[in-house]
Amino acid sequence: MAVEKFETALKKLEEVVKKLEGGELSLEDSLKAFEEGIKQAAFCSKKLNEAEKRVEVLLKQKDGRFVTERFQPKDE
Amino acid sequence: MLFADKNILSVSQLTGLVRNLLEENFEQVWVEGEVSNLAMPGSGHLYFTLKDAHAQLRCVMFRASARALKFRPKDGMGLIVRGRLSVFDARGDYQLIGEYLEPKGIGALQLAFIQLKERLAREGLFADVHKKEIPRLPQRIGIVTSATGAAIHDILQVLDRRFANVQVLLRPVKVQGEGAAEEIAAAVDDFNRYGKIDVMIVGRGGGSLEDLWAFNEEIVARAIHRSAIPVISAVGHEVDYTIADFVADLRAPTPSAAAEMVLRSKAELSAELEALSHRLGMAMRRLLNEQWGELNGLIRAVKDPTMLLGHLAQRLDDFEARSCRCMRQLLTRSGDRIHVLNDRLGMQSPAVRLERCRELLLLLQSRLEKTMVHTIERAGQSLAFNAGKLEALSPLATLGRGYSIVRKLPEGGVVADGGQLAPGDRVEIMLRKGGALCRVESAHGEAVRKP
Repeated sequence: MAVEKFETALKKLEEVVKKLEGGELSLEDSLKAFEEGIKQAAFCSKKLNEAEKRVEVLLKQKDGRFVTERFQPKDE
Repeated sequence: MLFADKNILSVSQLTGLVRNLLEENFEQVWVEGEVSNLAMPGSGHLYFTLKDAHAQLRCVMFRASARALKFRPKDGMGLIVRGRLSVFDARGDYQLIGEYLEPKGIGALQLAFIQLKERLAREGLFADVHKKEIPRLPQRIGIVTSATGAAIHDILQVLDRRFANVQVLLRPVKVQGEGAAEEIAAAVDDFNRYGKIDVMIVGRGGGSLEDLWAFNEEIVARAIHRSAIPVISAVGHEVDYTIADFVADLRAPTPSAAAEMVLRSKAELSAELEALSHRLGMAMRRLLNEQWGELNGLIRAVKDPTMLLGHLAQRLDDFEARSCRCMRQLLTRSGDRIHVLNDRLGMQSPAVRLERCRELLLLLQSRLEKTMVHTIERAGQSLAFNAGKLEALSPLATLGRGYSIVRKLPEGGVVADGGQLAPGDRVEIMLRKGGALCRVESAHGEAVRKP
């Protein structure tokens, strides 16, 4: 799920930052970690900014399958 | 006595008398009525009025007793109260000091609520271990509520107000009345079967206790409990607590609040992401700076050997200078010694001795010469003497006197005996003057006497 990926990415980013801040990596490993961090940050940022808003209704058909359709709020 | 004429009492005295009277005679009463003017200030005491169609009674329940209550009394609720009567002196009100309450009429629902809640709690349905974490950035939100109710309206309003990048999937259900609980439970199960949502909001807008009742039903509680998808409950208003709230993974005070909770995390996450990115950059920059520092340090360290070499070269020069000086000193000292030795050697030179020898030689030479001259003179004298004597003795002198010498040839031996000769031998005859070469004709060995 995208959500899990986002949170995994954020966690990874946090780990990378902590590792880098710990300062116990070799320069080469640091660069690798940094690259990884940048990648995760970019991914998180993309996920955060993905603008997709949709409101649907989940309907259950007689055979038990689910269908979704656009939700039209009824104003009273 | 009390009722005697003109026995005037103060208000306090009278009130005290009345209080004693009430307290002694109504030590424990049960009374039922409807609750109104309910108040529970910060003191924790519970104040309310019990009333029926014709009368009302002020009631107070002190904190210790109020705290023991298992439900919340509400205005309009029918209550049965056990307590004692007393008087609130300051106001002159008589009041019931409640020690125990139980619901009456609609209070039966409350009781059911309490009983279910206690049972489910004992079963562990509300335990924290069952609480699933609400995803921080849900992208698909399932909502179990009425399609026409306030809840979906409120939620969508929040989503509109925020720039929300979520997909909302509504599973419309009946939220009150007959069969509502079953529909809600089924919807929760449906979402779990459907699966493609990250979090679920189950709820409805505000209403009476009866209106909210579906969310107090066991079937809903069980459905929420078995949901694999995190559930946020959002039933009624802030003050309304339902069984669903206890079993849900998170309770939102209202449906709007539920939407806010789900979306609030986005801003937080943005901030968090920004902070992390910043820290990432800082950490890397610091790291690189450190590495640069280290590198520069190393570069400086690499330069050092030249300085070291400089030092060494300097030391070498110093050593060289010193050794030269030493050498020179040594040489000087040696030279001096050589001079001394040379002088001494000079003193020992053979030339001196040679000179002396030469002198000696000269001396000896002259002495030798003198001696020689002398010797030669003496020899000459001796020679002359002997030569005279020899002259006298010489055969040649004999020859002078007419004698001759015969010598046999070729040996040249002097022949003094004729027997030595044989005819035909050649002989030489020496005379005083000259000689003759002769051949023997005959020879004999008999002496020939001359006259």
